[in-house]
Amino acid sequence: MSQVLHTPPSTAAPVDDDLDLAALAARHGLSVSGARPSLPEYVRQLWARRHFITAFATAKLTAQYSQAKLGQIWQVMTPLLNAAVYYFIFGVLLGTKRNVPDYIPFLVTGVFIWTFTQSSIMAGTRAIAGNLGLVRALHFPRAALPISFALQQLQQLLFSMAALVVILLCFGVPISVSWVLAIPALVLQFTFNAGVSMIMARMGAKTPDIAQLMPFILRTWMYVSGVMWSIDRLTASDNLPHLLTIALETNPAAVYIDLMRYALIDSFHSSQLPPHVWAAAIGWALLAGVGGFIYFWKAEETYGRG
Amino acid sequence: MAEQTIFEQASPVDDVPEDAAPVLPTTADGELIPTVVCDGVDIVYRVNGTGAGRGTATAALNRILRREKAEKAAGVRKVHAVKKVSFVAYKGEAIGLIGTNGSGKSTLLKAVAGLLPVENGKIYTHGQPSLLGVNAALMGDLTGERNVFLGGLAMGMSREEVKARYQDIVDFSGINEKGDFITLPMRTYSSGMGARLRFSIAAAKDHDVLLIDEALATGDRSFQRRSEERIRELRKSAGTVFLVSHNNKSIRDTCDRVLWLERGELRMDGPTEQVLEAYEAFTGGADKPKAKAKPKPKA
Repeated sequence: MSQVLHTPPSTAAPVDDDLDLAALAARHGLSVSGARPSLPEYVRQLWARRHFITAFATAKLTAQYSQAKLGQIWQVMTPLLNAAVYYFIFGVLLGTKRNVPDYIPFLVTGVFIWTFTQSSIMAGTRAIAGNLGLVRALHFPRAALPISFALQQLQQLLFSMAALVVILLCFGVPISVSWVLAIPALVLQFTFNAGVSMIMARMGAKTPDIAQLMPFILRTWMYVSGVMWSIDRLTASDNLPHLLTIALETNPAAVYIDLMRYALIDSFHSSQLPPHVWAAAIGWALLAGVGGFIYFWKAEETYGRG
Repeated sequence: MAEQTIFEQASPVDDVPEDAAPVLPTTADGELIPTVVCDGVDIVYRVNGTGAGRGTATAALNRILRREKAEKAAGVRKVHAVKKVSFVAYKGEAIGLIGTNGSGKSTLLKAVAGLLPVENGKIYTHGQPSLLGVNAALMGDLTGERNVFLGGLAMGMSREEVKARYQDIVDFSGINEKGDFITLPMRTYSSGMGARLRFSIAAAKDHDVLLIDEALATGDRSFQRRSEERIRELRKSAGTVFLVSHNNKSIRDTCDRVLWLERGELRMDGPTEQVLEAYEAFTGGADKPKAKAKPKPKA
């Protein structure tokens, strides 16, 4: 029925006493709708939704390639093609490999580990802003979204790691006990990624423009994180300012990338690692994980406004 | 014209039409039990990128630097969707929300569900109201089967609960009546089939306060009948049901009290028949079956 309607005069009787309503609600033990739960309560709610978080992550991952003819093969193909492009540019055209033994495993590990952090953060930035439909339709702790996206990227990385193992073996890197270290390194990196995702999710929900800005920030971050080159070669040359050296070495992305290289590649020695590397890895994970979670929770009740 | 404050309605039950009116449960001292209390609620949307300086760099910069002050100047428009709405809903009631398009019905429902922040006022609820929207976010690229699981988990059911109800959900939706469609991606469904599955998933859970947004308008006649039946069931187990619909018949069939919103204001609150009569007079005649919409002279 389409017709022009004038604003009708209000005939509903105004509620005369606002206090009465609040008192009525209080007398019957009603709670304020959409209020932010306390932090322990929030954690409990989030834990109760853990199956949703994993199911959502898996669903997103599967949905990604469901229209492609090759289907889930792209899960492994995409990281391999990525590695091939970087190898062509930095290994063949620019010849960076002269300085680094086992350059291809070195490069591919770097690319995969970096991609994990990069795509977690990008997905986190859009976690709330890009899922307003979900946020406005259903009630769940909103932190489930950025965490779920980080988990999706972790699953994606596991596919990449399978490809990485093949590449490593092809280039003659021996299987060793130190490969086990990849597990704690991944757990720490995941915590860090999820934390940063939550920070970005809150910022992206308030100011969607951040999503336009992030690719540039992330690309800059990538170039200083030693994805294609060895930080340790640069810092060993001794003509860098001390502060810059420290900044390069404590950069969380560089820390996690070098840890993984150390774990997987036998020619990457512990002397090439930044100092106190495990402490830095744990510190970053805790700082981002706990800090990001609290920062995100602080604005819980505001997510979903247009 | 029926005038009724919420307080008048709070005490007597006898002025509710008898066909749709179950006796509402009360506390020991005979007081009705409120489940949703809306206390002077205002809801305001902010929309970026409108107004005079639309999209220019300076306007955008202005907006970022001086968020509060320059909101209007930089083209953030405020849409006052719901204005000073107050009402009390009681346990056992089924309440219809009516109003012309854009009058704030869905917005109010979302605020009751705690999904939209309110600008002023407070909404108090008993337990967690759940919005049963036809737009519940499922993924078109996934099979209906996986969407049932995802939707159930998203509503807060446990894995076991979803498993236990899976067959009921699929049977209720009737998706498999014409073949094994539940294992196809949802994007291949017709819009009616999709809506039926979404309703079935959402209606699988028992709710304290159930909010339904136009769900009854979807699907074919037999599915609509089943939905109405399911809503009556839910209403028995749930405390209170809210129904937003443009279909006055389904409001008549399911609700015993109606709130009429117009331009964000609560225009009327009372028994279904009274409010619907006034509403139909306002929108230009009751929609009787087969009656053709008469061309109205524009005001």
